[in-house]
Amino acid sequence: MSLELLDILAAELGPALIEKSSDHGDDTAVVDPASWLRAARFLRDDSRCDMQMMVDLCAVDFPQREPRFDVVMHLHSLSKGHRLRLKTRVGKPSGDGAELESVVSVWAGANWFERETFDMMGISFRGHPDLRRILTYPEFVGHPLRKDYPANRIQPLVQFRQGYEKVPPFDEFEGMSFGRKTFGNGRAG
Amino acid sequence: MGEVTDLSGAGPGFVTTRLSAALGWARKYSFFSYPFSTACCAMEFFAVASPRFDVARFGAEFPRFSPRQADLLWVVGTISQRQAPVLRRIYEQMTEPKWVMAFGTCASCGGFYDNYATLAGIDKIIPCDIYVPGCPPRPEAVLDGLLLLQDKIKRGDRTPGIVKPRRDPADQPRARGVAR
Repeated sequence: MSLELLDILAAELGPALIEKSSDHGDDTAVVDPASWLRAARFLRDDSRCDMQMMVDLCAVDFPQREPRFDVVMHLHSLSKGHRLRLKTRVGKPSGDGAELESVVSVWAGANWFERETFDMMGISFRGHPDLRRILTYPEFVGHPLRKDYPANRIQPLVQFRQGYEKVPPFDEFEGMSFGRKTFGNGRAG
Repeated sequence: MGEVTDLSGAGPGFVTTRLSAALGWARKYSFFSYPFSTACCAMEFFAVASPRFDVARFGAEFPRFSPRQADLLWVVGTISQRQAPVLRRIYEQMTEPKWVMAFGTCASCGGFYDNYATLAGIDKIIPCDIYVPGCPPRPEAVLDGLLLLQDKIKRGDRTPGIVKPRRDPADQPRARGVAR
C-alpha cells in the first residue's frame, strides 16, 4: 500500500515530484513548490489516495541551505488508513521569497496552521483568506522561530488594545459577540 | 481610637492608636483577592485556597471576579508579552490601596522562559509587593508570602519583599545509628 501511494503520486506529478522515500514505513514525498497546490488537490480528490484529513502543517528552517525552508504537511486518509508526509522547499537563504500556494481551498483546517507558519517562520501563503499573525501580536517584528532570530531579543511592550477589528472570514457571531456588543458601545474591555 | 469595655466589665476604658496603624491592621486581615491565574501555578493557588491550607485563616479567602472590587492582585503564572497590557489594565482598574503578589518564578522574573514570548517578570509593567519564588511554590511558601505582606501593610512598608526558602521538615537527613 505505501509504495503504491507514492507511485500514484509520481505518475501524476511526473518531474514535479523531486524526491520520494519510505523510511520505516513513513511515506515522504518532496514536491516542487509550483505543484504544491496541485499535489494537495490531487491527493484529496483522487479515489486511490483519498486524503480527507490534513493533520499538520509546519515549516523547518535550514539557514545554510538553498532553498532555505522545508514546508511540511502531514496527510491522513480516514477511509484508506494511509498517511503521507508532503514536503516542499522554498525561500532564499536571506529568508526572502518564501512564498507558497495556500491549501486552505483544499482543506479548510489548514487556515490556522498556515497562519502559524507565517507567524513563526515568515512563509507567506498566496491565496490565504486571512494571513495575519496568530500567536504573536501585530506589532511584533520578525519571525521568532527562524534560526537567525536572536534568542534573547525582547520586543517592546505594546499598549492595551481598545476594541478589536473584524476580519473577513468571521461573521458577527464569532467568539463571544454577545458580551462584546452589549457593553460600552461595541468595544471589548 | 475608641471606647472599649475592660475585661472585668467594671467600666469603660480606652485604647489609643494612630489612624494609619488602625487602617493597616484592618486592611491586612481583609484582602479582597483578584487571582490572575494564567498557568500551572494556579494549581497551587487552588491548594492554598482549599481547606488543607486554608487561606481563609488569614482573611484573604474571598476572591472577587472584578478587579474594581479587589485590593490584592495575585499574578499566578507566566505572563506573555502579548498579555502584559491586559495585566497592566487590570492593575489600573483596581482600587487604592492595592497590593500585588508575584506568585511563582515566572511571574517574579520570567523563570526559565528566556524567549521572545514571555515577559521577564511582572515588575516590568506594574509595581510588585511580594515575590514568592518556586516553580511552583509550595502552599506554605505562599502563606509565608501572605504573612510577609500583612506584616508590611501593618508597618506601612511598600518596599518589595521576597519569601525566603524554608526547609521542609520531612527532608531532614535521617539520623545515623538510630533504630538500626
